[in-house]
Amino acid sequence: MMVRKAVVALLGAALLVVSGLSFYRSRHLREPLVAGPSVIRVLTLGDYFSGVKGTTNDAHIYVLEGREPGGTILLLGGTHPEEPAGRLACWIFAENATVERGRLLVIPTANRSASTVTRLGGAYPPDFTIPTAWGGQPFRMGDRWSNPLDQWPDPEVYIHYPTRQELAYVDVRNLNRTFPGRPDGTLTERTSFAIMELIRKEKVDIAIDLHEAELQYPVISTIVAHEKGQELAALASMMTSASEGFSIGVEYSPPGLHGLSHREIGDHSDAISLLLEAPEPFLDATRGRTNRALLLTGRDEFVRRAGERGLLFEKIDANGWPVDVRVGRHLSTLLQIFEVWSGEKPERAVAVSGVPRYEEIIARGTGAFLKDPKAAPPARVNYE
Amino acid sequence: MIVTVLYYLLTAAIAVLLIRNFLKRKDWQEELLYIVVLVPFLLRLLRLK
Repeated sequence: MMVRKAVVALLGAALLVVSGLSFYRSRHLREPLVAGPSVIRVLTLGDYFSGVKGTTNDAHIYVLEGREPGGTILLLGGTHPEEPAGRLACWIFAENATVERGRLLVIPTANRSASTVTRLGGAYPPDFTIPTAWGGQPFRMGDRWSNPLDQWPDPEVYIHYPTRQELAYVDVRNLNRTFPGRPDGTLTERTSFAIMELIRKEKVDIAIDLHEAELQYPVISTIVAHEKGQELAALASMMTSASEGFSIGVEYSPPGLHGLSHREIGDHSDAISLLLEAPEPFLDATRGRTNRALLLTGRDEFVRRAGERGLLFEKIDANGWPVDVRVGRHLSTLLQIFEVWSGEKPERAVAVSGVPRYEEIIARGTGAFLKDPKAAPPARVNYE
Repeated sequence: MIVTVLYYLLTAAIAVLLIRNFLKRKDWQEELLYIVVLVPFLLRLLRLK
């Protein structure tokens, strides 16, 4: 009997080691980002609020500054890391953008904790790779919510601060439900607070949060705008739809729905807050196999059938929604927002060159604009 | 923070109970069941998942 118990215990130990190694590697996968030509310094959220200093969520802030003074725009990627087009768009800006005028602050991994875990029970792949001419760049898959290793347990009901609105318990770890945050709250709330401090101290004009959405979700292929940014969003939407090769709508941020960046950043700072949504079939509940191919191609037979039955809020065909399309949409929409803003407020203009638009991303692929860290000076390579 | 520590203590207590029950079992299928159930508790205690 002792021999049998020893064999079973050994089987358990093997299971523990194999799964533990897999989780450890996934949590610690290093994602290189080569600071581009306009990056003059790399700060962290801890420089704005000591409550996140040295934590998993002490996220990098890439400061891109132009020769001429102007306004300041903040890009947030990885608020929900399982929506990778936003992170990739931030990568492309930080590695490629030349800022002619004003300042750009780029946070590619706003909730780093959430980027180190995948959805429990979701059978997500632990990572994915964007093909490049130099071999491919790996990224952590990530989740919508902070890692329970960094914030645990969840309450029965999450009560949002400061409105006391009751939200789903798990959203206590959702960075896009904890704005404006609080200095003595959970890690996720403190991260929101740190971002708010950055916005207030740097006098950010526009904060843009980059997301993706399932096709069953009505808020999709759109710019969600706080009332302070409605004209800007409407004009950028028209310009984008008229000249970039795809259509994007505008939704107004509901005043009664709290915790979201498009609502709270606008309410609790002088900044205009916008949120962009691109379609990501990987997130749809009716999807088939949840693997890297689905994440990168956005092709899924079951989601397509749902579309044929009129159950979706965005079209889908056999071509799916490839990651290049999603990244390209974000990039072009961002550039249009910059141009409209700079036209309306020349004294607070932010002028950027060197960033590919939708058609260029479709033609050459996202990987064509990711820099090889091995070919870059080590001092310019940062790890997210 | 205090609640988090309490949850880790609870996790450790449940892991000890699972190991104790594993040692008491006489049927290999039940032993295997206890071992499989134990793994996620150990992964959390080791801060791996």
